[in-house]
Amino acid sequence: MTLPAACDVVVVGAGPGGLAAAVECARDGAATVILDEQAGPGGQIYRGITTTPMQKREVLGADYWHGAPLVAALRSSAATYVPRASAFAVTRADGGGFEVGVAGDGAAALMRAGHVILATGALERPFPIPGWTLPGVITAGAAQILLKSAGLVPEAPVVLAGTGPLLYLVAAQFARVGAAVDCLLDTTPPGRLREAFPHAAAFLTSPYVAKGVALLRQARASTRIVRGVERLEAIGGQRLTSVRYTVAGRATEIPVRALLLHQGVVPDINLSNAIGCHHRWDDAQRCFAPVVDAWGATSVAGITIAGDGAGIAGAQAAEARGTLAGLHALAALGRIDSGERDARAANAQAHVARWTRGRAFVDALYRPADAFRLPQGDTVVCRCEEITAQQVIATAKQGCPGPNQMKSFLRCGMGPCQGRLCGLTVTELIARERGIAPADVGYYRLRFPVKPITLGELASLPQTTESTQAVVRMKAH
Amino acid sequence: MYRRLPDAAAGARAVMVTIDGQAFAARDGDTVAATLLAAGYDACRTTPVTSAPRGPYCLMGVCFDCLAVIDGRPNQQTCLIPVRAGMRIERQQGAAAFGPAAASAPDSR
Amino acid sequence: MACEHDFAVIGGGLVGGAIAYGLARLGRRVCLYDEGDVAHRASRGNFGLVWVQGKGQGLAPYGSWTQRSVRRFAEFAALLREDTGIDVALEQPGGFHLCLSAAELAHRVDQLTRLVAQPGFEGYAFDVLDRAALAPRLPGLGPQVVGATYCRLDGHLNPLRLFRALHAAFLERGGTYRPNARVETITRRGGAFALRTATGRVEAGQVVLAAGLGNATLAPQAGLTATVRPQRGMIVVLERVRRFLEYPLATLRQTDEGTVLIGDSQEEVGFDETLATAVLATLASRAVQVFPFLRDARVNRTWAALRVMSPDGFPIYEQSASAPGAFVATCHSGVTLAAAHALELAPRIAAGELGADLSAFSSERLDVPKAA
Repeated sequence: MTLPAACDVVVVGAGPGGLAAAVECARDGAATVILDEQAGPGGQIYRGITTTPMQKREVLGADYWHGAPLVAALRSSAATYVPRASAFAVTRADGGGFEVGVAGDGAAALMRAGHVILATGALERPFPIPGWTLPGVITAGAAQILLKSAGLVPEAPVVLAGTGPLLYLVAAQFARVGAAVDCLLDTTPPGRLREAFPHAAAFLTSPYVAKGVALLRQARASTRIVRGVERLEAIGGQRLTSVRYTVAGRATEIPVRALLLHQGVVPDINLSNAIGCHHRWDDAQRCFAPVVDAWGATSVAGITIAGDGAGIAGAQAAEARGTLAGLHALAALGRIDSGERDARAANAQAHVARWTRGRAFVDALYRPADAFRLPQGDTVVCRCEEITAQQVIATAKQGCPGPNQMKSFLRCGMGPCQGRLCGLTVTELIARERGIAPADVGYYRLRFPVKPITLGELASLPQTTESTQAVVRMKAH
Repeated sequence: MYRRLPDAAAGARAVMVTIDGQAFAARDGDTVAATLLAAGYDACRTTPVTSAPRGPYCLMGVCFDCLAVIDGRPNQQTCLIPVRAGMRIERQQGAAAFGPAAASAPDSR
Repeated sequence: MACEHDFAVIGGGLVGGAIAYGLARLGRRVCLYDEGDVAHRASRGNFGLVWVQGKGQGLAPYGSWTQRSVRRFAEFAALLREDTGIDVALEQPGGFHLCLSAAELAHRVDQLTRLVAQPGFEGYAFDVLDRAALAPRLPGLGPQVVGATYCRLDGHLNPLRLFRALHAAFLERGGTYRPNARVETITRRGGAFALRTATGRVEAGQVVLAAGLGNATLAPQAGLTATVRPQRGMIVVLERVRRFLEYPLATLRQTDEGTVLIGDSQEEVGFDETLATAVLATLASRAVQVFPFLRDARVNRTWAALRVMSPDGFPIYEQSASAPGAFVATCHSGVTLAAAHALELAPRIAAGELGADLSAFSSERLDVPKAA
């Protein structure tokens, strides 16, 4: 891993938000470093865009290939792109700016940065159904990644399950390559259309309506859609063998080789949380998101967020917000004044408005049902530590005030994923048990490292005289 | 149980690796996780807590279920690591073993 | 919100939890007041040692008090298990304090020798082992480890499990737990005490202040002194690994779950709980010297927690003279002393008399300038 010792702006993540931010900063001559955990740029939405074997444009579709010029812009910019590098810590540096801990390829190093743009994006919302930990159960996004990056598709029978437009997209993409899924179990609860109706006007005048209609039509043509699914269960011993689903109280079990789950995406907040940025509960999207202003600036000066990591709004909005974050960083560093920043932002701001219009409708329509966010019984909540819903609920009943105490009691959230796959579930289970809002329950308090680093790598980071003195070798306890 | 689409098979460069000691022709550019799935392994490990079988779930580096031993180093996130010629991939049984614990036979602890 | 209880114990950490459990076991009606989910909570940052060796330099009674707790710990763990089904994973195989240079080892031996030679100190045996003697007990030991002192009385347990067991056992014994009820003021009302909490006013016959750093502001309100200050300590936690270590070390232990905890740092930085990478690097680097094969193990998370430190580092146990029925209990070894707190201190609090042997721990000692 070749990492500069210092830079003006570090961008964490190379999805649309990160790419656009890095390009904007580099364009101005700011020393810009973009860290990418993946081997190639594109984040998840444009995963594998420089290496995908699925080169026929119509397979992955225009929305995917939209990312190609964005990556090309990064390549031709002066930004330093560092692949396979994870930012595991961001702390204030003495004398201003930040110290970013970066781990990659078996090494770790600290890099100074004047300004930090987090573009870590989103991850799939947890989908805790019975059996969701069985081999053979993966997320719909994971299936897409396998298609995009390796041209792999699961063997039939394959079932998609959950709610949200990604399911329709995956159904359509798979059909295009002759790997149509057997059915799509739609868990969108009845009545959602009515709930979403107040936002319909904005949706109907947004770019999403045409896309949505086309996508739905393709999905219907690609696979059998079963609507109103109330319960889902993945069944198997050593691996998945069947799926049982319930519609209108009647259960059906079908044999499957792969179950692809998806019920929306949520911001990946682990780094912003560990840094100490303020977060808020977004009741519409039922998740926590960092508190940011129109530029993406967080409550911590010098830390800005670009893209879905600040709140889910999709790839196009992420790209525009990346530009805004980049401009904000340039102004914060004093490289441009606010007048110039505002002038250069106009285009991106218009894009953000255009691409966030209509989201409220989509969010309301596809908000996952309680049954799939609030598991019961033996259903695993914390995959890493194998803690069940029953354990979490029982502990909440004993008066456990919140997720951090819960973590102390049960170890849920203490595994390597650091709560990414259980945090929201735990918060909502506690909220329901205590009869209060998730906003009042709060979330896990994260700490560095937010990405894995070995003991040896940690040991290789710089020490100081103070740190040596602090680690007492001989003392009376 | 995954199959390779013709577009991906065509022009693919083979990279020889071993999986649990067995030789396997991986595809250059695949991650180790994709390689395991393509080779027919749904599960790449058993968990330390209950020895439950697990396989890759998110494929994007956040779930930590895709862990396996690569070139003798345990707990590697296979979905983030590109496959390389000569790579030794082993499915991981339970917790990672280091030092004196690695020398002894794997147990269920 | 009135609360008819004999005792209000303020602070739901290990100290408050153990005392509250001890009182509840004696049939007292106890209400345990606690903060919310996000709090300083020294008790979430415990290392887990149940440790004797090295303690009590400058206050011989502390050595005795510690040993008494350690001797009764198995009994205490059994009681908790009986009451809750929770096994706190107590192991007392003896513990090592490793030294990474000849000078370190010499200093350590000298320190322990002087410690047990103190007048009135309840002595115990300790072994001095060189590398050759250590190696079979600690496989994989790094070449830089020169030797160690070993004390048969030392041990460790799972501190989070202890925490959970105390809470569960307290409830099992009829205690009342009030979280999100931070106590803001204490006033004497007749022969009882009125507390204003975050959720309302309550009354109790007697109060025990076990609020850690919060004791500093609460104690004077009950005619007590608790000059405590925060001292930051950091811990590095490794992922679960296959068992390689059968003994606790002073700065490294493998838990019953297989994770590895690495300490131990001390910094005077006020109420700052943020992590300092340099300190973590130093902790990591020493751990790698002790067990080089851990180099490739993954750091799962790191903790910074604030120890509750009295001026001389020893506990403060006191009963208020001006406000009878108010007690204060503070220490920074909430794990090691948990047995004593539950089985020895709580009964004395219940009886209204701490006893002559605990008088050494009153805050009065802090007013006397120590003789050089």
